Amino acid sequence: MINKTVSDVQLACQGVKNGMTFMLGGFGLSGIPENAIAELVRLNVKDVTCISNNAGVDKFGLGLLLQKKQIRKMISSYVGENAEFERQMLSGELEVELIPQGTLAQRCSAAQSGIPAFYTPAGYGTEVAQSKESRVFNGKMHLLEYAFNADFAFIKAWKGDAAGNLIFKGSARNFNPNMCGAAKITVAEVEELVPVGSLDPNQIHIPGIFIQRIFQGNRYEKRIEQLTVRNRN
Amino acid sequence: MALSKEQIAQRIAKEVKNGYYVNLGIGIPTLVANFVRKDIEVDFQSENGVLGMGPFPFEGEEDPDLINAGKQTITTLPGASFFDSAMSFSMIRGQHVDLTILGAMEVSQNGDIANWKIPGKMVKGMGGAMDLVASAENIIVAMMHTNRAGDSKLLKKCSLPLTGVNCVKKIVSNLAVLEIVNNSFKLLERAPGVSIEEIKNATEGNLIIEGDIPEIKF
Repeated sequence: MINKTVSDVQLACQGVKNGMTFMLGGFGLSGIPENAIAELVRLNVKDVTCISNNAGVDKFGLGLLLQKKQIRKMISSYVGENAEFERQMLSGELEVELIPQGTLAQRCSAAQSGIPAFYTPAGYGTEVAQSKESRVFNGKMHLLEYAFNADFAFIKAWKGDAAGNLIFKGSARNFNPNMCGAAKITVAEVEELVPVGSLDPNQIHIPGIFIQRIFQGNRYEKRIEQLTVRNRN
Repeated sequence: MALSKEQIAQRIAKEVKNGYYVNLGIGIPTLVANFVRKDIEVDFQSENGVLGMGPFPFEGEEDPDLINAGKQTITTLPGASFFDSAMSFSMIRGQHVDLTILGAMEVSQNGDIANWKIPGKMVKGMGGAMDLVASAENIIVAMMHTNRAGDSKLLKKCSLPLTGVNCVKKIVSNLAVLEIVNNSFKLLERAPGVSIEEIKNATEGNLIIEGDIPEIKF
């Protein structure tokens, strides 16, 4: 067993530098690497490019990095719930590349699996297609999209072991598995770091080979963005 | 009377057939789930990685690790599954999802749809909408027939940035049910008490009206 454990988030984020490209898992605020984000805020790394489906909310998630103007460019599919984001984007302080969600997932997945590029129909005939190669397959137009090239992937899982094996929970899985091994260094934070051998190999979602560093997060706030409930009666 | 948002959802629910996997967009489409017949088997897919979505949780039972694509807390039904985003879009791009229901700001008579951006004003992003409209075989749009100023949203050509081209098959608006055929909106049904004249006035694109147009029934 190759041990991927690091004792804390400081060691997990070692090597992070200004101008780097980061992938961050999560959908909305669900399944985001809360501890790594807090450390990136503390380190105050600047001019970073963030690949993440969303940009957090004003005072949580990637919103925390936006607030300190640490992000130079965001690559996302949906950024709706963040007023500071919208302000920085409309004023030109923040560069934003909005791309279709499935394309975002597949560009992570392609990087993970060593596929340099792929064709997808998403975005054909729209402004997303500008300056992209297109080609007909089975009578339908497709766009050429490239694998991402990132320095760090920060992902969050439910349980993991020292070997880096990961299990996700519910819809907090989302982009996290697709980003594992999709950057030069993948940092996994887990709610529970369990002893090697205690996870059933049949149940592992992501094998440890894709992970370079793993640590147990100190604390998870797990904010709910849209609390919706129904009446018991 | 023009349909309410709930009534639009109720009418669209009639298009949901037994055995369908359905993806519902944010807004009116989300309401469709409330009106689907109880005697058929339908699975709702949420592109953030849930198949077999159930109703909202009871108060106190909400789970931050269980949300839908609108970031609302949800539950799952027996037989549900979770998966990653790439697999979710394999379901969508691979045409394993039978029906996609989404909202629109504008639709054109050739089936183009615009629903993600108002330049200089609203910049939220396309989310999964571009993947959905580019691949789904069966797309129904839920929308208001006109904007607040009374201008038609069913156009010859969309004025807003497009989400997808030649993809919308059917529209259920507050005034009518229409189908996209021959580069036109073909009127199929009208909202109870809404006249053909009213629909004509509210539709900028080509409108095909053939024979008697029945009122929408629920």
